Amino acid sequence: MSTDHVKTDDLTDHVADDLGAADGIAGGGASEAVVQASRARARTRTAAETVLPPIVLGIGVVGVWYFISYVLLAPERRFLLRPPHQVLKVGFLDAEVFGEILGGLWSSTKVAMLGLAISIVLGFLIATIMSQAKMVERAIFPFMVVLQAIPILAIVPLISFWWGTGQRSRIVVCVIISLFPIIVNTLFGLQSAERGMHDLFTLHHANRFTRLRKLMFPAAMPAIFAGLRISAGLSVIGAIVGDFFFGRGEVGIGQLLRKYANQLQGEELLAAVIMSSALGVAVFLIFGWIQNLAIGKWHGDRA
Amino acid sequence: MTAAMSPTRTESLSFDRTGMIFPDGTEAVREVSFTVRKGEFVTIVGPSGCGKSTLLRIASGLLEPTSGTVLVDRDRLGYVFQDATLLPWRTVQGNIELLAELHDIPRDERARLANEAIALVGLGGFERHYPKSLSGGMKMRASLARTLTLKPPVFLFDEPFGAVDEITREHLNEETQQLFQREGFAGLFITHSISEAVFMSTRVLVMSARPGRIVAEFDVPFDYPRPPDLRFDPEFARLSGEVSRALRGSHS
Repeated sequence: MSTDHVKTDDLTDHVADDLGAADGIAGGGASEAVVQASRARARTRTAAETVLPPIVLGIGVVGVWYFISYVLLAPERRFLLRPPHQVLKVGFLDAEVFGEILGGLWSSTKVAMLGLAISIVLGFLIATIMSQAKMVERAIFPFMVVLQAIPILAIVPLISFWWGTGQRSRIVVCVIISLFPIIVNTLFGLQSAERGMHDLFTLHHANRFTRLRKLMFPAAMPAIFAGLRISAGLSVIGAIVGDFFFGRGEVGIGQLLRKYANQLQGEELLAAVIMSSALGVAVFLIFGWIQNLAIGKWHGDRA
Repeated sequence: MTAAMSPTRTESLSFDRTGMIFPDGTEAVREVSFTVRKGEFVTIVGPSGCGKSTLLRIASGLLEPTSGTVLVDRDRLGYVFQDATLLPWRTVQGNIELLAELHDIPRDERARLANEAIALVGLGGFERHYPKSLSGGMKMRASLARTLTLKPPVFLFDEPFGAVDEITREHLNEETQQLFQREGFAGLFITHSISEAVFMSTRVLVMSARPGRIVAEFDVPFDYPRPPDLRFDPEFARLSGEVSRALRGSHS
């Protein structure tokens, strides 16, 4: 069975050979050893398959970037897309600029996390109430959809009208943008416990609160974390968008983006964009890590 | 139109002309009357969809019968479901302690009851495992152990071994029969396996297709503990044949 793979997949086999994982397969007589070696080979192949393609693509993207900067753009228009090493030098290695970007990033992170925290509390509360009575669920749901459907830009003037243009308004934007996924996923999760388990709790006279605490909430955890990961990313976007449009108060990454764009600081602008998405990725990964700590032992296919 | 009356302290279960018609008009069971006393292990065999499970749901109070009555003490009713219904976020130990927890039994006592039950079903060494790493048979054992912690005087089994393989099923049958002998509960077991029914029970009831009625009754005379080889005894075969004929008769 493993020989089939060897024949069909040249590239990754070379990689596996290079890494030495395939040592001993040819000579090894014992079937146990072959099985183990082919397992090791499968692991190596998976690692190579996961890491290699994005690296190749990344190198390709940088290549295209250089091509556009130096070949397609005339020197006087090169400010539109500075070459990668320029961006690295000015945007990341200049302590003053990078310090400014990090400062803005930190400010936006605080706003995003505060907004997310409020969304979590509100979302859990609303989803829990909705899970307790179909009537309440039916009453609230259309309004949640409406809230979700409001384009955030359309409501920004109203928010600044009510709450001004400071931190508070940015937090409100984060809450509005991140609340819906938390409610929907938490509600879905709370309703996901199997009927047989509900029967078990009914048979043993569990009250509403016990049922919620020992059955519905634990059963909801995977869905809750799925919602959290979505909402955490959205909250970061909300913090940046809010900062960008209100444009006053403590300087966040949104205001920096606007400033760099206005002053044609291409290197700084690109560095700020890269750092913003890095923040989004970091938040996503951190919540994935927390999820694994919280429910990895029992949820998913890892035995 | 009446529900269960509980504190009769008979440690038994008794149906009296129990009937169930669902709101959509389906008549699941009709005029079912029988009693399971302490020290009796009664099995109901019947074709799929004949209302066997409905009978257990009525006995447990999960369903209200539309006619007739059920008499049972529901304080510590044992109920083993078709699925193991283990909570995936709890370890084997945590799952087995669950019912004791729901009945507000103190922590130390809970652990003691769980350890006893774990030893009884042979799950020692798996206390820290999560359900996803257990085989089907082990999940069923955990489910049995969970119910055993309550030391229920009445034990309901809703086709619990239907999803496990034949060999595991026979093992579980032997163990259940030993548990019954040891604990002396009143047992009501639902199955569509005749061999399972005859092997474990003191009495086998045959149920007709929907609407389910009891159409035949057989006493099983073998002494406990019953050896695995009992399944090859001529008397066992004769009795199984009779149950099978009654079952076929009920289909027409």
